[in-house]
Amino acid sequence: MTSETVSEMDGWEVVIGLEVHAELATATKLFSGARNEFGGEPNTNIDPVSLGLPGSLPVLNEKAVELAIRVGLALNCSVQESEFARKNYFYPDMPKDFQISQFDQPINGEGWLELPDGRRIGIERAHLEEDTGKSTHVGGGGRIHEASYSLVDYNRAGVPLIEIVGKPDLRSGDDARAYVSELRSILVAIGASDGKMEEGSMRVDCNVSVRPVGEDELGTRCEVKNINSLRSLGRAVTYESRRQVDLITSGQKVDQQTRHWNEEDGRTHTLRSKEEAFDYRYFPEPDLVPVAPSAEWIDEIRAAMPLLPGERRHRLAEEAGIQPAAAALAVERGLDGLALASMDLGADPARVLVHVENNLADGQGALTADAFAALVSMETGGDLTATQAKTVLADLVDSGGDPAAVAATHGFETMDTSELEGFVDGLIAEHPDDWEAFVVGDEDERRKKSGFFVGQVMKATRGQADGRVVNEILERLAAGT
Amino acid sequence: MSALSLAGSVRSGERSARSIVEEHLAAIADGEGQIHAFNLVTADAALERADRVDDVVAQGGDPGLLAGVPVALKDNMCTRGVPTTCGSLILDGWRPPYDATVVERLDAAGAVIIGKTNMDEFAMGSSTENSAFGPTFNPRDTTRVPGGSSGGSAAAVAAGFTPLSLGSDTGGSIRQPAALCGVVGVKPTYGAVSRYGLVAFASSLDQIGPFARNVADAALLFEAVAGHDPLDSTSIPVSAPDLLGVLDRGVEGLRVGVIEEISGSGPTGLEGFAPDVQARLAEAAEALAAAGAVVEKASVPSTVFGLSAYYVIAPAEASSNLARFDGVRFGLRVDAENTVDMNAATRTAGFGDEVKRRIMLGTYALSAGYYDAYYGKSQKVRTLIVEDFARAYQSFDLLLSPTAPTTAFPIGEKVDDPMLMYLNDVCTIPSNLAGHPAMSVPFGVGDDGLPVGVQVLAPANGEPSMFRAAAVLEAAAGGSAGVAL
Repeated sequence: MTSETVSEMDGWEVVIGLEVHAELATATKLFSGARNEFGGEPNTNIDPVSLGLPGSLPVLNEKAVELAIRVGLALNCSVQESEFARKNYFYPDMPKDFQISQFDQPINGEGWLELPDGRRIGIERAHLEEDTGKSTHVGGGGRIHEASYSLVDYNRAGVPLIEIVGKPDLRSGDDARAYVSELRSILVAIGASDGKMEEGSMRVDCNVSVRPVGEDELGTRCEVKNINSLRSLGRAVTYESRRQVDLITSGQKVDQQTRHWNEEDGRTHTLRSKEEAFDYRYFPEPDLVPVAPSAEWIDEIRAAMPLLPGERRHRLAEEAGIQPAAAALAVERGLDGLALASMDLGADPARVLVHVENNLADGQGALTADAFAALVSMETGGDLTATQAKTVLADLVDSGGDPAAVAATHGFETMDTSELEGFVDGLIAEHPDDWEAFVVGDEDERRKKSGFFVGQVMKATRGQADGRVVNEILERLAAGT
Repeated sequence: MSALSLAGSVRSGERSARSIVEEHLAAIADGEGQIHAFNLVTADAALERADRVDDVVAQGGDPGLLAGVPVALKDNMCTRGVPTTCGSLILDGWRPPYDATVVERLDAAGAVIIGKTNMDEFAMGSSTENSAFGPTFNPRDTTRVPGGSSGGSAAAVAAGFTPLSLGSDTGGSIRQPAALCGVVGVKPTYGAVSRYGLVAFASSLDQIGPFARNVADAALLFEAVAGHDPLDSTSIPVSAPDLLGVLDRGVEGLRVGVIEEISGSGPTGLEGFAPDVQARLAEAAEALAAAGAVVEKASVPSTVFGLSAYYVIAPAEASSNLARFDGVRFGLRVDAENTVDMNAATRTAGFGDEVKRRIMLGTYALSAGYYDAYYGKSQKVRTLIVEDFARAYQSFDLLLSPTAPTTAFPIGEKVDDPMLMYLNDVCTIPSNLAGHPAMSVPFGVGDDGLPVGVQVLAPANGEPSMFRAAAVLEAAAGGSAGVAL
């Protein structure tokens, strides 16, 4: 699905910068030994520190720092000495009424992320901070101001977050989705986060502004919150950029605001204006000391990093002789290793990628590289039709085995050309109008009708015919008339 | 009797811990009505605890170095299941579900916690008049303040209610009341004693430290509670220093500087030092010289800016630390139409005037557009003070000053004039800003017959030589101060 981009429509450019919060996959919280676990009974994963009880003090979780450094390295950031700061504001689900975050000295400085299409999107910083609890407002439509009472669950309070602040380098809802999707793949690949947007372990705030194409200066931006899926992200960008263009073209101006995405009505709504913005009164957290990871430790972490999705795309693309973008799906499905191994065993790269993209959506299952390579070789050698290969492949994924043996159990054998010609002749006789349309039609029409005839042949032969051969026969017969 | 000899007698089986605790509970029953040192006396728990110590002794076990010795805790240290009020209404009904690290260490050392002592609300004050539960009275003269904010802990020791107590010192809150009550009070090096379980006032300045009637007892308690704690990230990664072992080493050859700027003795510096206090300081300097120290004038010029920097940094941190008292999770809640109003109503009813004043000061100092001019500038002053001290400590091992500009002042005299009250801490604040240790030792009395304290200052981790000098001063002043039990 594509979201329409304003720039394509009427000469406006959308500028997007994302702030992504991801929960780090640690066993315990950022500043205490309480468990970091999703879905427990309310207020069971707590201790004096995560409740912000008087007298409690934070102690930094070393694992969280390690994961944050992994994120920094994966995003090509400068990993640096950092400091925690207090971000002060009152909210019932924030136990201390301040959040321990990083302000002017984040653990990861500038970096970049490469989209599957090769574009580099700038990263401003990626810093550590603690998560808040969760409020449930009862009565008054679930809104805090009208509720009759509120319940707070502090299980999530103090869970480590990495906030990844992207530069305003994205230009469409599709860009934004591609960025978040790539970021999620990276976070999952390096074991930093499970990246589950639906469980809230990955959350996206989206800064949107618009400007006439060709203008260098940025327009006034609005921050859109409450985006809970990639789909919402695309929709929110489309709606918000359209709203801003409409304001400007109707002679009004965009106010700097924080806005709330409403999934039901598909709109963004004012949450607070610039004037109502909080003054967070940041100052260095006096209960913690600066974090100064040694060069040796950073090197150790770097050495233990797995290959990143981008590196894997490049590796597969090079081997298969394709553009990195074309290798994206294989990598996303984690099938690039299988593909590379089977190519090494001599399988045709193009067929390998066709199967990976069309027939292995649920992963490789019991399929081995050896079997995959043998199957593809049978197919390209003409021993199996594409349809038969697909059937055999499904069996191999389900229960493994040798492709030749599996093909035999299905009774697959290639029909010879003369047998096929007989089928085709019969079909032409049964469908003279379709044949006429195929012979005289334009390219589009020919494609449609060849599809029809191939389909009929497949039906008649229960899939044993080779579609490519049927096409060749059709072409030959048409040329001969 | 000293804490050391009480512990010795319990350890040797000569006395029961129960008898010691009973004796002190009796003293409290006798005198507490005049002093109001305690917010809570935990008599039953103390007697049970004493019995357990006696059981250990009876079974031939090691009951610990503080075996059977009563210790009072300032009411800002968390005690599991026991109310901890910080002298405030806002913690009404709160019983911490956990013990502060110092409480666990006292427990491990065989000490008996005897109660929670009165204090200025959230440790904000210099007279213990800012307690929501009424003032504490100075045992030396009950018309006078005991100093503050740890006034209850100082008074409890001075009155003989307990041989030992713990206080907390953010800008002088142990040393100033120690001086005014005529007992020993120690502010350790920042990070020497764990702050875990100490309800924070100003995190970068707060330190827990001992009160005692003599220097050796203060060293004993210091050693029991100090040492690295993984639960406090600012805790120094070293074990407690050996202090008792060095007390008799004297000061021969130590270089001691009397800080001109905070003793009213130089051409520059602060004024307002009472002549009797200055006279005692001069005698203390002579006593050290007589014991073989090299005593000279010292200059630490930026100490005069300490008070100003402190009254930005401490309120700034406090404004953030005290945000959590919002009525949501613990303590007082004043109901209202919605959460925001409930927060406001709770804080309006729960905090006293001085706390509100400092929260407002601190919030202002951290606000956008003012941060650099106030908080930023104050941190620069703090750096200057650290650098000035470092320079001074190139020439000196220890520094000396009065602890407070005057002896104990009458109750009510300064309570309506915050600036006058704040001036009480001019001598003590610089050590907090620098993170250095300092202690107050009783040294004679003023013209009014009330105790005068002399402050010994040392560089970070300089407690051993600081205690050696304190021991010499104590001997010169005529031995153990305070009321004998």
